[in-house]
Amino acid sequence: MIIKLSVNDLSFRYHSTDVLRNLCLEVGDGRIVSVVGPNGSGKSTLIKCIDRILLPQEGTVSVDRCDLAKMPRVTLAKTIAYVPQNSLRVFPNTVFDVVLMGRRPHLGWRGGSQDDEIVWAVLRLLGLEELALSPFTELSGGQQQKVLIARALAQETGIILLDEPTSNLDIWHQIDVMDVIRTLVRQRDLTAIVAIHDLNMAARYSDTIVMMKRGTIVAAGPPGEVLTGENLASVYGIRANVRTSEDIPFIIPLSRIPVRSGKGRRI
Amino acid sequence: MKSVRRGGTAPGKAWDTGKKTRTGKISKIEEAHAQSVWKKVLFLLALATLLILAVGVIITIGPMPITVPEVYGILINRLIPGCFSIGKSMENVVLQIRLPRILGAIIVGFGLAICGCVMQAVLKNPLASPFTLGISAGAQFGVSLAAVLGVTILGGPYFLIGNAFLFALICSGVIIGLSGIKGATSETMILAGIAINYLFQATNQFFSYIANDDQLRLMSVWGMGSISGLNWHSILLLGIVAVICIPLLYSKAWDLNLMTVGDESAKSMGVDAGHVRVFIMVVSSLLVSVLVAFVGVIGFIGLVAPHIGRMILGSDHRYLIPAAGGLGAALLLFADAISVNLLAPTTIPTGIVMSMIGVPFFLYLILRGKRREYWS
Repeated sequence: MIIKLSVNDLSFRYHSTDVLRNLCLEVGDGRIVSVVGPNGSGKSTLIKCIDRILLPQEGTVSVDRCDLAKMPRVTLAKTIAYVPQNSLRVFPNTVFDVVLMGRRPHLGWRGGSQDDEIVWAVLRLLGLEELALSPFTELSGGQQQKVLIARALAQETGIILLDEPTSNLDIWHQIDVMDVIRTLVRQRDLTAIVAIHDLNMAARYSDTIVMMKRGTIVAAGPPGEVLTGENLASVYGIRANVRTSEDIPFIIPLSRIPVRSGKGRRI
Repeated sequence: MKSVRRGGTAPGKAWDTGKKTRTGKISKIEEAHAQSVWKKVLFLLALATLLILAVGVIITIGPMPITVPEVYGILINRLIPGCFSIGKSMENVVLQIRLPRILGAIIVGFGLAICGCVMQAVLKNPLASPFTLGISAGAQFGVSLAAVLGVTILGGPYFLIGNAFLFALICSGVIIGLSGIKGATSETMILAGIAINYLFQATNQFFSYIANDDQLRLMSVWGMGSISGLNWHSILLLGIVAVICIPLLYSKAWDLNLMTVGDESAKSMGVDAGHVRVFIMVVSSLLVSVLVAFVGVIGFIGLVAPHIGRMILGSDHRYLIPAAGGLGAALLLFADAISVNLLAPTTIPTGIVMSMIGVPFFLYLILRGKRREYWS
């Protein structure tokens, strides 16, 4: 396995609260890696630290053995693309203009016709062509998510980070978005790191699952090895029935494990 | 375990651009997009033409009766001396009063509108403008200081302008500095701006309270905003500052597009959001400070011209910045023409007219029932 991205000893504190603690991770080229964990476990923070949206206090992240901290932001934007969870929007933009933004790291000041062509190619690939002139804000949640993925694709990076791409989507759109991600990774030789809540989605679509708890990695490996009853009990505090279908584990949650009073689990 | 795929296209140079269309022709939607871009360019050209025509008309009207041929005779005389023989007083009116006034309206309108436009983008707030952020209140404070206490930094005819400029600059410096401590987010900048605005308003009220009638009149006339005080010297100065600042702001058009979708996304696409925000605020505050110092408080343009631009062209700053500037220039030009001619020979302060005609126009645009803020 060729190591595409490696995270060494990463620590991030926010107002002297540890969010990530000495985190190490290696991601193989051409993989889909899902990062799972309870709320507040640091999934999104990890994603943002990798892309240097948040600046970690300690540790390094490198891609193809190049330290990201030493890269100018524009170079970084040609290496890693980031798909945000939800995009705050104040002013109207068309879908085309949103995707064109992804060309920013490659541009001089003026957008050339080459960039327009790439935007069209990305839109065609994701089946968004007909929506090109619609305002982004008028799309459905699933369409918006795909447009944001299209924007990341327009950056032409080898790595794509996604922050909870399926939250707020119905089941059809969840599968739609995850299929898009899988197809892209397989066909375009990308590496995807996905922060995700839905364990069954993660199991179905990932090559590797990384399970986090309170800023550290508890388990990492193929879905079948990580999504075990013991891990779910210790990380999520739930009892669950883990079954296997087509070699993929799926989880039937049963109950909470009662919280011991006094010391014990953080709420 | 899935193997790593090779032989496929490597990331980074992967798009078979242009070959994907089955027919080999441009698809309908691409054509529609090309048309929408073309429409934006056309709009800018039309706006420029309108401005030129408006200048051509407005220069011929004024309280002093000068016929249209005489006006153009004077202008041609200026370029090629000795073509026509026209009275000295008429020449003075056209060259020393009307022309600087028209140019001043265009520069000030253009500058204020562009500053409002870029501030709205970097602060991600449609209500941001040079005036909601307290920059004008700072300038007013400088004027009050000169009028009431006689504290001035420049002597002679520029004593008000010098003070207004200095305190506008101090005010924006404080806003940028305060928010810099907290990491230059749009929220801290807006809150700092509004807080500073209240502070200076309070001090201005205090000065109004202790001022005598003459001082009060000086302060309130300045506060109404007028471009009648402009002469060729001040036009030159305004022009130089505008010519330096506006291209600097325009060079960030792409970054501004990205900033409107949020700092995190902007960073992930290679734009250092904090740096761009501070850069834009520094340059636009400098421009606003100079403009406000010379013409006083002409509000509303900086707020409204960018919004009209957005309604017409959408939010791509490569087109929006010149559109907002042109609209601002046109609005102020018309407002000023009205303020000079409506109650001639009395000139109404331009700021008053601006709001009186601008607000109904803006409300009309909002209420026209365009749910989508688009043309294309």
